[in-house]
Amino acid sequence: MNAILSAEAAPGPSPLRDPHAGSGEIALELCALSKTFTLGGGFFRQGRTLHAVNDVSLRVPRGQVMGLVGESGCGKSTLAKMLLGLTTPSDGDVLIDGRPLRGADQKKLARHVQPIFQDPYSSLNPRKRIEQIIALPLAIHAMGNSGERRRRVAEMLDLVGLPKRAAQQYPGQLSGGQRQRVAIARALIMRPDIVICDEPTSALDVSVQAQILNLLLDLKREFGLTYLFISHDLAVVEHLVDRLAVMYLGRIVEEGPRAQIFGAPRHPYTQALLASALTPEPGLGVPDIGLGDEMPDPANPPTGCAFHPRCPMAVDRCRSSRPVLEGVRGDAGRVACHLA
Amino acid sequence: MTISTSTTHEASAAEGARPATLGEIPLPAPAWSRLTRKVFGHRGLTIGLCLVLVAVAVALLAPVLAPHDPYYQDIANRMVPPVWHESGSWSHVLGTDKLGRDYLSRLLYGTRISLVIGLVAALISGVIGTTLGVLAGYFGGRVDAVISYIVTTRLAMPVVLVALALASLTGGSLFTVIVLLGLLLWDRFAVVSRSVTQQLRDSEYIHAARTLGCSLPYILLREVLPNITGALIVVITLEMAHAILLEATLSFLGMGVQPPLPSWGLMVAEGKAYMFFQPWVIAIPGIALFLLVLAINLLGDGLRDLNAPGGRS
Amino acid sequence: MALLEARNLRVDLPVDAGTLHAVRGIDFHVERGEMLCLVGESGCGKSMTSLALMGLLPRRARLTADCLDFDGIDLTAISARQRGGLRGLRMAMIFQEPMTALNPSYTLGNQLCEAFLRHRLGSRQNARERAIHLLERVGISAAAERLDQYPHQLSGGLRQRVMIAMALMCKPDLIIADEPTTALDVTIQAQILRLLRELQQESGTAVIFITHDLGVVARIADRVAVMYAGEVIEAAVTPALYARPSHPYTRGLLSCIPAPGKTPPGSRLQAIPGVVPSLVGHVEGCAFRNRCPLAEARCETTPPFMALNEGHRARCHFADRPMASATPSQPETIS
Repeated sequence: MNAILSAEAAPGPSPLRDPHAGSGEIALELCALSKTFTLGGGFFRQGRTLHAVNDVSLRVPRGQVMGLVGESGCGKSTLAKMLLGLTTPSDGDVLIDGRPLRGADQKKLARHVQPIFQDPYSSLNPRKRIEQIIALPLAIHAMGNSGERRRRVAEMLDLVGLPKRAAQQYPGQLSGGQRQRVAIARALIMRPDIVICDEPTSALDVSVQAQILNLLLDLKREFGLTYLFISHDLAVVEHLVDRLAVMYLGRIVEEGPRAQIFGAPRHPYTQALLASALTPEPGLGVPDIGLGDEMPDPANPPTGCAFHPRCPMAVDRCRSSRPVLEGVRGDAGRVACHLA
Repeated sequence: MTISTSTTHEASAAEGARPATLGEIPLPAPAWSRLTRKVFGHRGLTIGLCLVLVAVAVALLAPVLAPHDPYYQDIANRMVPPVWHESGSWSHVLGTDKLGRDYLSRLLYGTRISLVIGLVAALISGVIGTTLGVLAGYFGGRVDAVISYIVTTRLAMPVVLVALALASLTGGSLFTVIVLLGLLLWDRFAVVSRSVTQQLRDSEYIHAARTLGCSLPYILLREVLPNITGALIVVITLEMAHAILLEATLSFLGMGVQPPLPSWGLMVAEGKAYMFFQPWVIAIPGIALFLLVLAINLLGDGLRDLNAPGGRS
Repeated sequence: MALLEARNLRVDLPVDAGTLHAVRGIDFHVERGEMLCLVGESGCGKSMTSLALMGLLPRRARLTADCLDFDGIDLTAISARQRGGLRGLRMAMIFQEPMTALNPSYTLGNQLCEAFLRHRLGSRQNARERAIHLLERVGISAAAERLDQYPHQLSGGLRQRVMIAMALMCKPDLIIADEPTTALDVTIQAQILRLLRELQQESGTAVIFITHDLGVVARIADRVAVMYAGEVIEAAVTPALYARPSHPYTRGLLSCIPAPGKTPPGSRLQAIPGVVPSLVGHVEGCAFRNRCPLAEARCETTPPFMALNEGHRARCHFADRPMASATPSQPETIS
C-alpha cells in the first residue's frame, strides 16, 4: 500500500534542497515571516495596521512534530494559513523542502503541504459523498482513472480506520471522530511530507480525541510525516510534539525541545501557560497564575516586550525595549525575554 | 500494515459483533422517504405543492382540457354568464367574454403564460443575481463594494415604473415582459446568495479545496453553489410569484402581453368595463391569479422551513 | 436535608425518528454550599439536566421525575410564574458563551441590576451599590464606569466575570454553570475557575458545574457525577473518583488524557473505541456495553446503581470487582 501511496507524489530531487540533507534535514523553514492586515479601511480611508504574525522564524526538521501554542488571537491560525498558501505573507518567506513558497504554484504546494482543520463539521462539504471528498485531491491533480481513484479511496479509508461503506455516505451521517478521519484521509491521499494540524482534536470529545491522536502518531511513523501541530491543549501538545514554539501577540516568545520547555520553561508567559493547564489531579486546586489582564489589542500592542502588562516580573527595561528571540547559554532553545 | 489494523479495530468495534441494539448512529431512513414525510408533515407546503402541480398539469394539458378554442370569437354568444348564473349554460362553463370567446378555455391557456413568465423570468434573474451575489460574497472587499453598489442602485428603482417605461419604449410582448422582469427581479437573489456565500467562504472545506489548488470556477460551482441552492430555491419561488403578479400588472396596464393572448392580467383589463354588472368577468381571472400566487408562496415558505437549520443535517 | 434532590429525572424530546431520551432516569443531590460537577461528553444529557433544573427546556421536551425537590419546593409541580420567582433569585445560571448570554443592547448596569430589581430586593441605588461591589469582587477595575458600558466593550474573560457577578446579585442558593470556561483561553480559564471556586466557598452558594474536562473537575469539585448516554454512571466525592474510578467508562476517560510525567510522550493513548449509542428509541441494558472491555451477556440487563463506599456509586455489574482484575490493561491510577 505504501508503495502505491508514495509512487506518484514522492518529491523528486530538487536543486534547491539543503546540501546538508540527511537526518537533520529541515522540512519546513519560516524565514522572518510576517503578515499585516489593514483594519477598518474602506475605498478611500486608510485603516489601522495589525501585525497578525510578526517576524517569525522557525525550522521544523523532517519527521518531527513542531507544536505551536498560544491564546486565541496570537496569530497561530494566520501562520497556518500562510503555510497552506491561503494567504500570502506580507514579508519574509517559507521554505518547503528548501523551495520558497512565494510564487509557488498552489497545486505543487498541495503535494507537499496538506491541512487537517479543527472543525470536522465544517471541513467536509455536506453535499458530497465521502468518496468524492477523499478523492478530490486526485481529481484536481488529474491522477489516475476513476477505478484507481476508487481503489485508493478504499485504501485510505482502511488506513484511517473507517469501514468501506463509509465511502458512499455523506458527512452528515458520520460522527465527529469519523469525520476527522475522513479529513485525515483527504489530507494524506496525496502523500504530502508536511501536515499542518490546526487544532485537530479540539472539537472532539476526549474519548475520541485519543483515537485521533493515536491515528496521527501512527501515520507519522508509517510515512515519516512532519507535523506542525497547533493546539491550545498543553497535555496533548506535550504528548505529541518533539519541539514547541509559544506565540504571543504575533511573535514567538519561546521555542525549544519538548523536554526543555515543559521541564524548565524560561519565558514567564510559557510558565503561566503551563501553570494554567489543569491536569486531573484532585486536591491541587486551581493555581494562581498571576497573570493580570487579558491579551492586549493586537492592533495596538504595548511598547517594549508585548507581554509586560501581564508579566508578574516585568521591570522598566521590559517596557522600553523589546527582547529578541535568541538562544540562552548553549541550550537547544530560544527565548525572547530580558530576564531569562 | 500494523497500524491500519489497530485503528480499524478501534473505529469499527462499535459496529462489530457486540449487541446490535446499541452502537452506530442509526442510519437515517432513505433520503426520499424522509423528504416525503417532511413535505407532507407541513400543511402549507402540501397545499402549495398540490396547487402548483395542478397549475402545471393544467398548463401542459390545456389543449386537452379546454372545451373550445380560446381564440375563437362567437359574436352571437357574447358575455354569456357562467353556468351557476340563471342564464348560464353548460356549453360555456365560465361563460364568454365580450368577443364571445370561451372564458374557461382562455383561463386554462392563461395558466401557460403565467407559469412560463414566472419560471423564465425567475431563472434569468436567478442567474444574474446569483452570479453577482456569489462573487460579492466570495471575494468581499472591493468586488463586494462595487456589487453592493449595483444592488443598492437596483433596489432604488421602482420596478413597476421602470418596467412600464421600458415596455412602452420597446412595445409590449410576451418576450419583452419576460426579459424585462428577468432583468429587474435579481436583487433578492443577489442579496441572499451574497450573505450565504459570505458564511461559506470561511468554512474549512472551502479552505481545504483552496489548499488543494482547486480552480476558482471549481470552488464556486462545485463547492459553494450546491450549498446555497437550498436558499436559492426559496427565492426562486418567491420571485416567480412576484413575476407573475408583475406580468398581470403590466398586461392590465396594456404594456405587457398583447391581445389576443389569454393572459390573466389582460383578461382583467378587458373585463374592467363590465365589472359592475358582470363581476365574474374580472373575478374569475382574479381568483385564478390569487390562487396561483398563494400556492407558489406557500410552496416557498414551506421550502424555507424545510431548509431551516435542523430541518436537514 | 439536601438543597436539591432529583430522583429518576427523565427528559424526553420528540425528534424526527422517534423519541430522544436525553436524560434517562438520573438520581443526584446537591448539598448546600457544595460544588457538584456533572461531567460527560457531548450528548450525554448534562446540559439537558441543567436546563431541566432551571425550567428552560425546549417547549416540546417532556420532563418527568419521581422527585425534583429544591429546598422543599417541588419543581415539577410549580407554575411558570413561580418558576420565574425562583430564577435569578434563588437559582442562577452561568452560560458557556457570555457574548450571547448578555444582551448587546443594554448596559452592564441594566443587566446586572435587572434580577435584583425584578425580585424587589431593594432600591435602584441598592442594586447599583451591590453591582459595583460584586464587579470589584470578581476583579473588574473601575467598576462604577463599567456599569455604563455595553457587553461588546469587554473581552471574553471580563464578560464571563460579569456573568458570575450577575449570577451572584441576588445571593442565590444554587448556581448552575454550564461549561462556563470552555470558550476561554487556558490562562483566562484558570483565573475564572479560581474566582468561581473562591466566591462559591466564601458565599456558601451551591454550584452545579457542567463540563467535559476532567482536569477542571479534579481541581474544583467537591463531588462528581459522571454522565454517559443520559445516565449518571458514577458518582463520588472527587478524591475517591480519581483514586478508584469504578465504572469502565470513567476509567477509560481518565486514561484517554495524556498525563504529563506518566504517559510516555508519543506512546499510544488508551482510547475508548467506538462511538456513543443513539438515544432515540428504547435503550435497554448498559448503554456502555458496546464500547466496554468488560462487556458480557448480563450487560444486556440494566445494571444497578451499586453503592461501593460512602457516597461512591457506580452503574455497572462489575463495579465491585477489584480494579486490577477488572481491567488488565489499566494504567496506573492518578493520585
